[in-house]
Amino acid sequence: MPIRTALAVLAATTALVLTGLWVGNNVNMLPLDASSNAPTYDALFKVLFSIGTMLFLGIVILLVYSMFRFRRRAGDFSDGLAIEGNLPLEIVWTAIPAVVVLFVGIYSYDIYERMGGMVALNDHSAMDHMAMDHSVQQAQAPGRVWGGIGAAGMDAAPSGPVLPVEVTAMQFAFIFHYPDAQITSGELHVPTGQQVELHMEARDVIHAFWVPQFRLKQDVIPGQPTVLSFTATKAGTYPIVCAELCGPYHGGMRSNVVVHEPEAYDAWLQQNSPIRTTT
Amino acid sequence: MTLANPSDFNGSLQPQGWLRYFSFSLDHKVIGLQYLVCGFLFYLVGGALAGAIRTELATPLSDFMPRDTYNEVLTLHGTVMIFLWIVPVVNGAFGNYLIPFYVGARDMAFPRLNAVAFWLIPPAGILLISSYFIAGAAAQSGWTAYPPLSLTTPAAGQVVWILSVLLLGGSSIFGGINFIATILKLRRPGLKLMQLPMYCWAMLGTSILVVLSTPVLAGTLILLSFDIIAHTGFFNPSLGGNVVVYQHLFWFYSHPAVYIMVLPAFGLVSEILPVHARKPLFGYTTMVYSIMAIVFLGLIVWAHHMFTSGTPPWMRLFFTIATSFIAVPTGIKFFNWLATLWGGKIALNSAMLFSCAFIVNFVFGGITGVALAQVPFDIHVHDTYFVVGHFHYIVYGGTVFVIFSSLYHWYPKFTGRLLNEDLGRLHFLLTFIGFNLCFAPQHWLGLNGMPRRVAEYDPTFTTLNQVSSVGALLMAISTIPLLINVVVTALNGKPAGDNPWNALTPEWLTSSPPPVENWIGEAPLVTEPYGYGQHHGQPQEVKA
Amino acid sequence: MTSTAPLQDSGSPNLSPDASHAAAAGQDHAEHGDFRLFGLATFLVADGMTFAGFFAAYLTFRAVNPLQEGSTYELELLLPTINTVVLIISSFTFHRAGKECRGGNLGASRLWLAITGALGAIFLAGQMVEYFSLPFSLTDNLFASTFYALTGFHGLHVTLGVICIAIVALQTRRGGRISASDHFGLEAAELYWHFVDGIWVVLYGILYLL
Ligand code: HEA
Ligand code: HEA
Ligand code: CUA
Ligand SMILES: [Cu+2]
Repeated sequence: MPIRTALAVLAATTALVLTGLWVGNNVNMLPLDASSNAPTYDALFKVLFSIGTMLFLGIVILLVYSMFRFRRRAGDFSDGLAIEGNLPLEIVWTAIPAVVVLFVGIYSYDIYERMGGMVALNDHSAMDHMAMDHSVQQAQAPGRVWGGIGAAGMDAAPSGPVLPVEVTAMQFAFIFHYPDAQITSGELHVPTGQQVELHMEARDVIHAFWVPQFRLKQDVIPGQPTVLSFTATKAGTYPIVCAELCGPYHGGMRSNVVVHEPEAYDAWLQQNSPIRTTT
Repeated sequence: MTLANPSDFNGSLQPQGWLRYFSFSLDHKVIGLQYLVCGFLFYLVGGALAGAIRTELATPLSDFMPRDTYNEVLTLHGTVMIFLWIVPVVNGAFGNYLIPFYVGARDMAFPRLNAVAFWLIPPAGILLISSYFIAGAAAQSGWTAYPPLSLTTPAAGQVVWILSVLLLGGSSIFGGINFIATILKLRRPGLKLMQLPMYCWAMLGTSILVVLSTPVLAGTLILLSFDIIAHTGFFNPSLGGNVVVYQHLFWFYSHPAVYIMVLPAFGLVSEILPVHARKPLFGYTTMVYSIMAIVFLGLIVWAHHMFTSGTPPWMRLFFTIATSFIAVPTGIKFFNWLATLWGGKIALNSAMLFSCAFIVNFVFGGITGVALAQVPFDIHVHDTYFVVGHFHYIVYGGTVFVIFSSLYHWYPKFTGRLLNEDLGRLHFLLTFIGFNLCFAPQHWLGLNGMPRRVAEYDPTFTTLNQVSSVGALLMAISTIPLLINVVVTALNGKPAGDNPWNALTPEWLTSSPPPVENWIGEAPLVTEPYGYGQHHGQPQEVKA
Repeated sequence: MTSTAPLQDSGSPNLSPDASHAAAAGQDHAEHGDFRLFGLATFLVADGMTFAGFFAAYLTFRAVNPLQEGSTYELELLLPTINTVVLIISSFTFHRAGKECRGGNLGASRLWLAITGALGAIFLAGQMVEYFSLPFSLTDNLFASTFYALTGFHGLHVTLGVICIAIVALQTRRGGRISASDHFGLEAAELYWHFVDGIWVVLYGILYLL
């Protein structure tokens, strides 16, 4: 390869990588991040977006360049060069995607683990630990949890108590029950900074609990209880969206999650609880 | 299964002229065109349904049609587009037309089975669409028909849906068996497997997937219909059943199905690019291996559709990795195509424009696919418009673009006339712009909180939905130049001659349209279907 | 390089369009007589995948879905075991029928076919007896439903097989379609029968023994 070509390729690749990085870091396509999980997710998104931009732009530029550079000129009816393959080149473009994909896979595994996705949900010692001060949960403990996202690992809120909430999904509403405070509500209220654990079960068909600002979703399945853990970080009101087709009013099956500062949350709890609890 | 009975080819028993396209013809070319035209009519139906969807979604309120009608429309749209348009056309139409030429045969291995496979389709399609009228309500649980929803929605419509999909699945299996036998067994003596045009490999891979996965769907739907009709409880949690098992079985078919929809398109592109770039297909051998790798990987990645369904962690991990790796063999194909174009003498005609746009669109959809394969990423965007964007980029931007490209490429073969280039480019332009306008914004919608399969949505999403609807309108308009082109050309188009593109693949080495027996006299032995640049038996030195 | 060489199976180069196609098609088939068996084998792979799907469903149900109180996965073993033996023997008798047929002994072949068919019928009768003696019915619980779905689907296959055997046996009579040199029907039925047998063995293993 002549030096000039090599330099040009190098320059083009650098430009491509820089563009990809810039786009990934500066074009924001996501809503507000309101859970401890969201920033981790956004980091993954940036990586994927950067790599995707590089690959996509690179291929499109190559393609469009070929279409112009090698277009057939009027009156030229000859054939192109009879190049049938090039092994080193083919090895390179097998290896690059393989490495990229491996890197992305390992990275997203790491993210997933940090989200709590790899926690064994039916590990009974973990269950007991979680259920320590919640008698209601104790009663629930034998029930098998089929899946979901468990108490998060590293970047979760520090060892505070976990706030359990029972979620029942039905056509076409979510009902939230706070076993400790004995509150039943159509809206989810949670404090910032405390880990919340939703125990979810559906009455009729499959629904899905989704809060875009938390970057979390979990199917709510009849006959197969699931859990979803998260820690909210920013006060505000965010939509809860049912994301699994569940019938004609699926689109209207929405609610809100109201994230309070801890004091405001306590106030809400005091106000609504039939039994006066002190936290 | 049956020998072709000589009298079936006798003019006095088989209708001639245009009437033979309405007959139980055993000629693979007639059957191919039957698939093509029938599929295209269903595309118009599916497109009209898509139009209804986009009209409803032009406003945030559910005001265009009742909510359950909306669910029926989206269910029918998905089912029609997949089972009656993409799969029959990209497999049945082009497969039946081209494969016998490519293997140097005069027909498919089992001509009668072939005709049966085709004639299952129109009744199944009509049954499906008419369920709205005869059963009182069409299926309304999405093309995935997840129980328990599909057990609780009006039963008659759901049962008709199952019946129709079973018929279409049967048609697909018969077709697959026929392709495998034709490619492996009916090859002209002297023709080696590694000399076949790439489309044969694509169809071989596809047919393997069809034969291995479609029966599982059939079995699953039979169980589902038991749950509906006989009140068994396989998938009914209130009777002790398990809804997630259905999802596993369904996706065991329906993920491979996406490769059933796209591998043949890969094959068609591999035929079209070398002809119009005047260069050999780059990396033939690696192309073959990558097809087989996709077939293998395609069978073991199904649970990436179920990342939020409560699957155990190890399963999510495995399916993330396996799915991501599909990018490797797929990537090989794309880089090989780019290398095929590089240094060619590219004719930028309609066929080529659609094929090049296919590369752009599919790479986009493939990259969003690899993103979706990452569990943590998917947990946020699963069942949102991001997914809708992903798969339309692939099924429409990929497969449908290739179908159009193939139409421009092979129309002269079918009819002996060239489609009009100006109308072709207009069609391309409208489709390309409309398509991107329609589906690109959906990614943003999904990321920001718009779930799929809803008739009403948060008003903050109105603008982008309207952009998307305008895009759909442009796509609808884009069918007009296409239809005009096809009709006008058929009546008085420019005669094409036998081989307007100077192509080397065997279907062009006979008259256009071909005689009933494909070649008058012997079938040519084509050992180098991509021998461009090495004319007249004097191969040039190959410089790598 | 593109070269043309004559296609071996096309006889006269200048046939009229209609006739030559028929001739060519006919000859293609004559030359590769094994096609239809190949097609059937491919179909059986597909059919086997249907069963595989059912088996996978059954095993998953069994692994993760506890039955309600009082139900069990245990089944009476005696009758199904006899049935299994019957079906396995029938595979051997069919094999014998094929051998006789290829050897030109159509009469003996017919006799062995009759025995095979009878064994198949005994199997079906046994299945019926079992159905009527079972303590559960189709919709009782998940196991019951799966049990009937699996054995029923297999039973349909056996029924079809018995019908095919009857047809083939009739065809071995003088003047029938089957002869020592041309016995596709018999071979197809045999392949199918072995397939149905093999499926039963797997089914017996996971449904009754496991
Ligand atoms: C023809 C159809 C088709 C095809 C080919 C694909 C191809 C792929 N799909 Fe897609 N998909 C669908 C049709 C298709 N899909 C449909 C219909 C759905 C929705 C079903 C429903 O729920 O209704 C869906 C949904 C879907 C999901 C589930 C989303 C969800 O519901 O949450 C996932 C997740 O993993 C996924 C992934 C992929 C991947 C990884 C590929 C890969 O095969 C893509 C590989 C290609 C490339 C990557 C591009 C080329 C490669 C390179 C240029 C090399 C370099 C690239 C990298 C290193 C990344 N798809
Ligand atoms: C496989 C192929 C395929 C193709 C080609 C298309 C093509 C299109 N799709 Fe489709 N789509 C699916 C497969 C496909 N789709 C699937 C599988 C689903 C999921 C369903 C589910 O969730 O279960 C889906 C879902 C889906 C949705 C999401 C619905 C929802 O979740 O609520 C939307 C929304 O925009 C949409 C839009 C479109 C549009 C605008 C087109 C356009 O490209 C269509 C363009 C074509 C035309 C516009 C035809 C023009 C012709 C006329 C208008 C003439 C009129 C004719 C007569 C009156 C006879 N599709
Ligand atoms: Cu509940 Cu959708
Ligand atoms: Cu998939």
